[in-house]
Amino acid sequence: MAQIVIDTANHIAGYAAKAARVKVVAAYPITPQTTIVERIAEFVESGEMDAEYIRVESEHSAMAACIGAAAAGVRTFTATSAHGLALMHEALHWASGARLPIVMAVVNRAMGAPWNIWPDFSDSLSQRDTGWIQFYCADNQEVFDTIIQAYRLCEDERVFLPAMICLEGFILSHTYMPVKIYDQEEIDAFLPPYKTGWILDVNNPFSHANIVSPEWYMEFRYMIQEAMENAKRLIPEIDKEYGRRFGFQYGGLIDKYRCDDADLIICTMGTMGCEAKIAVDNLRREGLKVGAARIRVYRPFPVEEVRKLAENTGIIATIDRHISFGMEGFLASEIKASLYHMEDKPLLAGFIAGLGGRDVTFKTIEGIAKKSLKWMEMGRVEKETVWVDLRE
Amino acid sequence: MMVTIKEFPKEEYLLKGHAACAGCGPSIALRLLFKALGNKVIMVVPACCTTVIQGPYPYTSFAVPLQNMLFEATGATCSGIVAALKIRGLEDITVVGWAGDGGTVDIGIQALSGAAERETNFIYICYDNEAYGNTGLQRSGATPYGAWTTTTPTGKKERKKNMPLIMAAHKIPYVATACPSYPVDFVNKLRKAKEIKGTKYIHVLAPCPTGWRYDTSKTVEIGRLAVQTGIWALYEIEYGRFRLNPPSDRLVDKSKRKPVKEYLAMQERFRHLTEAEIEKIQQWVDEDWEYYRKLASNELV
Repeated sequence: MAQIVIDTANHIAGYAAKAARVKVVAAYPITPQTTIVERIAEFVESGEMDAEYIRVESEHSAMAACIGAAAAGVRTFTATSAHGLALMHEALHWASGARLPIVMAVVNRAMGAPWNIWPDFSDSLSQRDTGWIQFYCADNQEVFDTIIQAYRLCEDERVFLPAMICLEGFILSHTYMPVKIYDQEEIDAFLPPYKTGWILDVNNPFSHANIVSPEWYMEFRYMIQEAMENAKRLIPEIDKEYGRRFGFQYGGLIDKYRCDDADLIICTMGTMGCEAKIAVDNLRREGLKVGAARIRVYRPFPVEEVRKLAENTGIIATIDRHISFGMEGFLASEIKASLYHMEDKPLLAGFIAGLGGRDVTFKTIEGIAKKSLKWMEMGRVEKETVWVDLRE
Repeated sequence: MMVTIKEFPKEEYLLKGHAACAGCGPSIALRLLFKALGNKVIMVVPACCTTVIQGPYPYTSFAVPLQNMLFEATGATCSGIVAALKIRGLEDITVVGWAGDGGTVDIGIQALSGAAERETNFIYICYDNEAYGNTGLQRSGATPYGAWTTTTPTGKKERKKNMPLIMAAHKIPYVATACPSYPVDFVNKLRKAKEIKGTKYIHVLAPCPTGWRYDTSKTVEIGRLAVQTGIWALYEIEYGRFRLNPPSDRLVDKSKRKPVKEYLAMQERFRHLTEAEIEKIQQWVDEDWEYYRKLASNELV
């Protein structure tokens, strides 16, 4: 029988690593990730989890140890936040380049200076181009489910890439919610034993990742791009199958809410997606045709689905919990890029909100929606990027 | 059981066609490594000369599986491999980290220290050619005082970092020094390390004709002079017990050691040294030996 556990998303991530039968965990503590690795340490030491837990001396070493273990033939897991993720940066490239299906929880936290322990996406979005699949979760159940789904996806021979499962610090990491945890046999039936494209094997020796000349390097990169495209196709399929088996599914690449006839689509990531749904319901009660689209998978980016969403809408409002300094929010840029080849494009308004943990509530989003609808009626956006609730 | 050179296995696991420079000391050490450990070995190699020596994709000159890895990550990567092999019940495979001096004493020291502190069951070998060789001979923490490198064009002003003793301070079960000019010593140290559980660290002085500026035919001779002058001592620290190995064990008496000048004079990287500087180096060597004498007689325990 599946059981309902009331716990924080961080502890739930630990449950998911256990349920996925992870065999090597290598991690270094950083707020707000710590309770994930504490819970896993308890699981390992109590014998509930048959795994080796490597208490490394840095995040760079955490990822290096995961690379070594994944290459030596076992399923691996790690977790980090903010500066820890930034320190891993070099190793993130190595993991994807080596095509190792490592899964990592990233508990989103703002980058310093100045120090800030509260959530925004500046940590994980700065790792956009490392070749990692990126999922963003909206609640604790989704954290559990996405970790299980991610192993299935990453270990598919059409993919063989690593994935980060992003969840906002404190908003999810330290918030208790009921989560359904399924029977181990059911999870085992969905998630087969560890599979990878190559292995360090004394009976089949070869040098892995030795120097590749310009004659071959581009082909290796192209294969990663192909794998990303495959992942884009597979994520909705895996999500659907997961839904059939366990009852929860998340719309594959985009979690869409009342978008079909919407004049305005509010585009978010992570927990802002939950607030956006409340805002949509409130605005609909006022007779405003508003929908919400939560980008669940940021890499590979759901270009085609975004285009489809944009077909019948007047304006898209993006809310970025991140800023690409000198440009705009990443989500705004990605959506603009996705729409470029459309003949009849909707307007696009970019909003920067919630940096460093500033609250983004349904009320904030209602304000964003009303401003966007006004611009839609005017037929132009007055400001391409709006910083919400900014002291000026 | 000690093996003699006649008892070295005939098998070669460093294959023909590798891309080392002529006279490369590290490549001799590599060949000996496999003579000692066989081929039930998984190697981790960070950025270093061996990145090149193994040959480019799709070739390899190694007959063992080799994970190329980030510069500073050898210790941690080995930890991951060791953990995975333990889970898979493959603990009879020897995991070897093989890194240069820059990758060990500078950028890789943290991951190595962490792996040692976690008592990771593996052998870590630093092949020390006393500079960043692969990038064109820049100064490292292992470059000795006075040596010319491309980033110390008038000679290094600081002394060489003593990595073996730093590793000994981790209380790991086995630390040793070696030099490919003494193959029996090196091979037997590796064989011993293979049988010990825990972290084993071997620091190999590996002469480099390209960087040290001497004739490529002189590699073995230079290594011998390093030991005979005492600027490099062969020793091992087994479960905390320090022991000088032949021929270094006969060199505690200064009169048995050749003047360090003989070693320095053979290498163009030292050619700008003044008599006073050479005398200073000789003095440091003598001080080191007083320290070794105390270690060997357990006066410092």
